[in-house]
Amino acid sequence: MKSREFVTIIEQKKIASDIYSLWIQTEHIAKGARPGQFLSLYSQDKSHMLPRPISICEIDREQGRIRMVYRVVGEGTAEFSHKKAGEQIEVLGPLGNGFPLDVGKKRIFLMGGGIGIPPMVQLAKELDGEVQVIAGYRDELFLTEELKEYASLYVATEDGSAGTKGNVIDAIYAHKLEADLIYACGPKPMLRAIQSYAKEHGILCYLSMEERMACGIGACLACVCQSKEVDAHTQVHNKRICKDGPVFLSTEVEL
Amino acid sequence: MKNTKVTLAGVELQNPVMTASGTFGSGIEYSEFYDLGRLGAVVTKGVANVPWPGNPIPRIAETASGMLNAIGLQNPGIDTLLERDIPYLRKYQTKIIVNICGKTIEDYCEVVERLSTEPVDFLEINVSCPNVKEGGIAFGQNPKALEAITREVKKYARQPVIMKLSPNVTDITEMAKAAEAGGADVLSLINTITGMKIDIHRRTFAIANKTGGLSGPAIKPVAVRMVYQVAQSVRLPIIGMGGICTAEDALEFILAGATAVSIGTANFTNPYAAKEVAEGIEAYMEQHQIADIKSLIGAVG
Repeated sequence: MKSREFVTIIEQKKIASDIYSLWIQTEHIAKGARPGQFLSLYSQDKSHMLPRPISICEIDREQGRIRMVYRVVGEGTAEFSHKKAGEQIEVLGPLGNGFPLDVGKKRIFLMGGGIGIPPMVQLAKELDGEVQVIAGYRDELFLTEELKEYASLYVATEDGSAGTKGNVIDAIYAHKLEADLIYACGPKPMLRAIQSYAKEHGILCYLSMEERMACGIGACLACVCQSKEVDAHTQVHNKRICKDGPVFLSTEVEL
Repeated sequence: MKNTKVTLAGVELQNPVMTASGTFGSGIEYSEFYDLGRLGAVVTKGVANVPWPGNPIPRIAETASGMLNAIGLQNPGIDTLLERDIPYLRKYQTKIIVNICGKTIEDYCEVVERLSTEPVDFLEINVSCPNVKEGGIAFGQNPKALEAITREVKKYARQPVIMKLSPNVTDITEMAKAAEAGGADVLSLINTITGMKIDIHRRTFAIANKTGGLSGPAIKPVAVRMVYQVAQSVRLPIIGMGGICTAEDALEFILAGATAVSIGTANFTNPYAAKEVAEGIEAYMEQHQIADIKSLIGAVG
């Protein structure tokens, strides 16, 4: 049985403007979690009906802890950010399918944009091979220390204040990077660019998508994306991001 | 022992709590949280004669104590429902209500006929989805059209027919009377209330369909009022819904005249919501020494 539960906050820290890092104690979620999955976080304010899907940044299976790094974008995430160590937060997870890990490729790009960067930390930890993280920021950097620990890190910023001026694709060309496998998470325009880059270079590519969610478990059909083929579950050209994703092969979805 | 059983059109439900169409899929996802046999009935997401792709995204937006949705009745079609979902639901000790959508009377009747030999307990006819131009709302806002489709569907139906009413009308009692005249066995109300949200930062509509159906606690007082009005104006049993999150909410609907209640948006806020409402009703009966829930139906006064 799945269960929604109150868990204890171990640490809550602001790591950049509006970006927070949250460690929670949850043995059973940590035990089953994989990089690329997400948790639903529930507001205790009854005027907020929908859970907030937050991606997993790190998994500490030994201590039974999960780290999430999230951006405060509204009242729900603001409520989470005010909670302190020792307080409780209501969560459900792990949800969705993570990134497939053993696909037999050794030169790997992990491409994250903005709040799509956090899942790359746990993914970098678990991958073997030549792991190159290409992280795109608007201006302010975060999670760079963690990423450097497990991979070589290349940064792009929109304003050019750090790394390559431009986006993650610009950084690939600037550093003449190559790969046989791409994992990516970030805003749709970035995923679209990576999808066509992968197609052009014939690279196996997995994209983690996001969309407004309601149930988070595959029942309500709010968070769908277009699929190239008719999906077995929905019987139309639609896949459920929360349940069938959030990670998809770049060749199976239309962005 | 408290009696929580209620009867709708001759079919006995172990308790009055069911799920609102569209919020619960076919129950498969929620069966990972609790035994669906704890519910009086599961109401499946609207199904058409063929698969429907639904609306563009974004399909939802949160609003104060509620949400807007314009999913657009995406559904896998009746074939998949019959092959996959109905056999799955049969494993649970609960009644099955199949919600049906269509674009024409013929579409509805085709699905109704396909279901006539299937092990389902009720058919709920969705003539009130506000999010699809041809999703039945044309039938749900005109009393004559509603009476006509009800009468037509009844010709093919082998199970009791529930007509689901739209609140987006001037006088819902007119619609209730029309459904009754057409031969409906049960009424369910309310569907969502048409609404709109605008994203002032992007200066665009919050959902792609521009308008969506408002659900959640924000609409509950409207729903309770409409259930009460309909209960005063027709003899048919009513399934009440609209923002029910707790047993206390459900009891308001029952006291207003509903024989059963549906849990919708609350399933998203709390995946155990429907089960907890059923348990909470029992606790209320215990606390207030109520032997039979039927004594509460319409008992406001």
